[in-house]
Amino acid sequence: MTVSDLDQTQPNLRFSQIGKPLTRTDSPGKATGRTPYAGDYVMPGMLHAKVLRADLASARLRRLDVSKARALPGVACVLTAADMPDRSIATDIPGQTGRARLKTDQQILVKERVRYFGEPLALIAAETPDIAEKARRLIEVELEPIPGVYDPEEALKPGAPVVQGTDNIVATHRIRKGDLEAGFAAADTIVEHTYVTPFQEHAFLEPEVGLAWIDENEVITIRVCTQVIEHFRAVADAVGVPHNKLRIMGALVGGGFGGKEDVTVETYLAILAQKTRRPVRLEFSREESFLGHGKRHPMKLKYRTGVTREGKITALDVQVVADAGAYVYLSPYVLLYCAVNAPGPYRVDNLNVFARAVATNNMFASAFRGFGGIQAAAAYEQQMDECANAIGMDRMEFRRRNYLQTGDAISTGFVPPSAIWTEKCADLAWKALGAPTPSAGPVRIGRGIGACQQSYGRLTFLHDTSEAWVGIEMDGTVTVRSGVTDIGAGQASALAQIAAEILGVTLPNVTVYNSDSQVTPLAGTTTASRALYMTGNAARVAAQGLRDRLAAVAADLLGADPSQIVMEFNRVSVADDPDRGMSIADLVKVCGTRGVHRSELAIFRAPFTDVLDPETGQGQAHPDYAYGAHAIECAVDTETGEVTILKSVAAHDVGQCINRAAVDGQIHGGTQNGLGYALSEEMLYREGRLVTPSFSEYLTPTSMDMPHVETIVLESRSGLGPFGSKGIGEPSMTPVAPAVANAIADAIGVRIFEMPITPERVWRALQEARKRAEPPAAGG
Amino acid sequence: MSRDKAITLHVNGRPETTVVPPHRTLLEALRGLGHVDVKCGCEKGDCGACAVLIDGKAAVSCLTLAHSATGREITTLQGLGSTESPHPLQQSFSDLGAAQCGFCTPGMIIAAESLLRSDPDPTEEQIRHALSGNLCRCTGYVKIFEAVQTAAAVMRNAGEAK
Repeated sequence: MTVSDLDQTQPNLRFSQIGKPLTRTDSPGKATGRTPYAGDYVMPGMLHAKVLRADLASARLRRLDVSKARALPGVACVLTAADMPDRSIATDIPGQTGRARLKTDQQILVKERVRYFGEPLALIAAETPDIAEKARRLIEVELEPIPGVYDPEEALKPGAPVVQGTDNIVATHRIRKGDLEAGFAAADTIVEHTYVTPFQEHAFLEPEVGLAWIDENEVITIRVCTQVIEHFRAVADAVGVPHNKLRIMGALVGGGFGGKEDVTVETYLAILAQKTRRPVRLEFSREESFLGHGKRHPMKLKYRTGVTREGKITALDVQVVADAGAYVYLSPYVLLYCAVNAPGPYRVDNLNVFARAVATNNMFASAFRGFGGIQAAAAYEQQMDECANAIGMDRMEFRRRNYLQTGDAISTGFVPPSAIWTEKCADLAWKALGAPTPSAGPVRIGRGIGACQQSYGRLTFLHDTSEAWVGIEMDGTVTVRSGVTDIGAGQASALAQIAAEILGVTLPNVTVYNSDSQVTPLAGTTTASRALYMTGNAARVAAQGLRDRLAAVAADLLGADPSQIVMEFNRVSVADDPDRGMSIADLVKVCGTRGVHRSELAIFRAPFTDVLDPETGQGQAHPDYAYGAHAIECAVDTETGEVTILKSVAAHDVGQCINRAAVDGQIHGGTQNGLGYALSEEMLYREGRLVTPSFSEYLTPTSMDMPHVETIVLESRSGLGPFGSKGIGEPSMTPVAPAVANAIADAIGVRIFEMPITPERVWRALQEARKRAEPPAAGG
Repeated sequence: MSRDKAITLHVNGRPETTVVPPHRTLLEALRGLGHVDVKCGCEKGDCGACAVLIDGKAAVSCLTLAHSATGREITTLQGLGSTESPHPLQQSFSDLGAAQCGFCTPGMIIAAESLLRSDPDPTEEQIRHALSGNLCRCTGYVKIFEAVQTAAAVMRNAGEAK
């Protein structure tokens, strides 16, 4: 079947485990408080670590005197950059890849220059947290302020303070397609607007934490909450040990969202364990968590769109400036996602994208759910409404005339191999809003739609791979081993379901061991909505290999052809004669006596491509894309500027649901993250100093803010993941914020071009609109 | 001179003695005693992950001094039930997928239990209000509301059956 045959969701295929709303394997432990997290592990003789941070964003380190701290009884060690002059830590391309890294390694502790507020100056390890804290206060620091730059556009100007490289530009991407001039010439109207998106904090509930020790093999071992255990290579390089002498073990992670994708506490722990040869624990406070990991890139996106009266986009020119903050981290890749997704799920034949990421003395920016694609969506979906308004066309109709359809090429000229069901998703979500809520007095009601194109799987030039091992025991129970980290979305549970489905055992009979860089086969990162696609496929291939071997023995025992063997609910039987069978446990015992190999290790490889053409941006960037839409109805109080979400409907083509409850959960959470991004989450910096480092100042949506979220889940079964699945982690969030922005503009007739759309911004925009509408007062 | 003092806390029905300085929070004391089902999310009372029941009412243990909790009944999530014998809230959170990363879950279930002890049949608005001091970043709270309603119904039915 080709994807073009898939014009509607087919009736559910016959699965015994897949697609069911099964209780995730990790749920009972979490609901009863039995699940240990990385911060719950302790060891005898353990030291407690603290980090001393700079309280200026741009400064020269004049003096750092740690003598009093070192002299304090109970202090095991205090380390500064002077103790490790040659050390640095890689921040480029997390995880496994043989590809050469960019030369963007970062100082571990400040050597001479402070580039951002909170940059670490010294590490302390002591017998108790209280002593470590006291020692931190005894360190004498002298910082000399030097001129900094806090706006990326200022940082681009000649003579601006240089934070990185020679000109602060840390990445540039171009996409050129068709004939832009001719496209604009063919337009009846040209619509031009600039959209501004903010910093965003991941706000996972579990702050960064880890415990390090040196084991019996002289291996520096770190138990840490991370999305990427494969930082073990970078950390090993940073502390000067071979890669097989540094082991990172994960734990079930208390939320990631991209904020635990870069190295956080690992390097400090490795250094301290190496120095003291004792177990060391380091936990960031909430405030440190705000300072200690990269944020979502703020971006300024200038869109210029040519449209015809008939509602056809003829040309699009996009200029993006992203604030990379003080260090490079994943900025080049985030920016690439933004550039590739600049036109969104719409057909644009004449396209120009010019995107730059610029260093400043702000907090460094890096990965966050949506990874650059979300900033593009915030702009392109608002621009779609503005274009529709400009030509006086219904905004859904305008979109319908421009949606990419299955088989169409995206901005880079690449044709996604799967179905593109944006139109169907958008129409279903829009329709599900139902009858409009009437406006009442100063409370105005509005509706908005947003659609998304979000990749799943990492950039194809990284040549991503993932491994999984599946084995079956004599009693018919199954073990899966895979390095994949589980950050709360049920990544491990999904592997259990896949193995259970293929081997015909029930879910409680599968145990997954994951997230250990020395013991579990390496599976790559839990990022980029890739875990199900990559590791799910590795588990599928391994389980299938094992099943084929078991089925051959069963066929022999039962006197049937292997193709006739059915394995289901812990039993093996012959397809048309269910009584002819045995328990899977008995089958495995026979395999044992015959010396049949009862486990299988598999690797799954994503497509491998070259980088995009640097001048035109043409080529393949990702394995595939997911499409979906979000519809919002909101109420805006025009007297207070307050926005209330009344209805929220998400429609996504997930390819194939593995666990419906988990898919719904991803969509609910993505919606929450998107609503906060659109409405309330604001990181305020003053000269690079974060003035909102707590949950009472940085406002994520609470139980009082969240609407009901209706989920419409479509299954094209065309994705590259197991059973035709796609990723849903990131796509669930991407279209939410622009749908909210469009609903607000619809409600009040004024667009607010900068997020978050706080009550203050709404109120100001309404005041300005009123002033513009009123005739100037006579006289003076 | 040390101002540390031995105190006895009654946790999940059992007395436990620990030596702590006057400024030690209940959160730190409980985790120090091995009650790591009490989670530390912010230490400022903003997130609710550290909530425990004190004499049957939810309180954030990070803003409670350990000394002030002596002589009172403290219940953590593990005190409500276990995987073998789960509390209806634990069962419904597990069944309905109301725990994703699970880090907010201990405080969330404690807050819900506190509500259900005072009002066995709350409206959704009352549930939202009762959980408004507990942040979650994964679930959008949607399944959490469902789980609380489901557990409340189960508990009411069990009460009627008695």
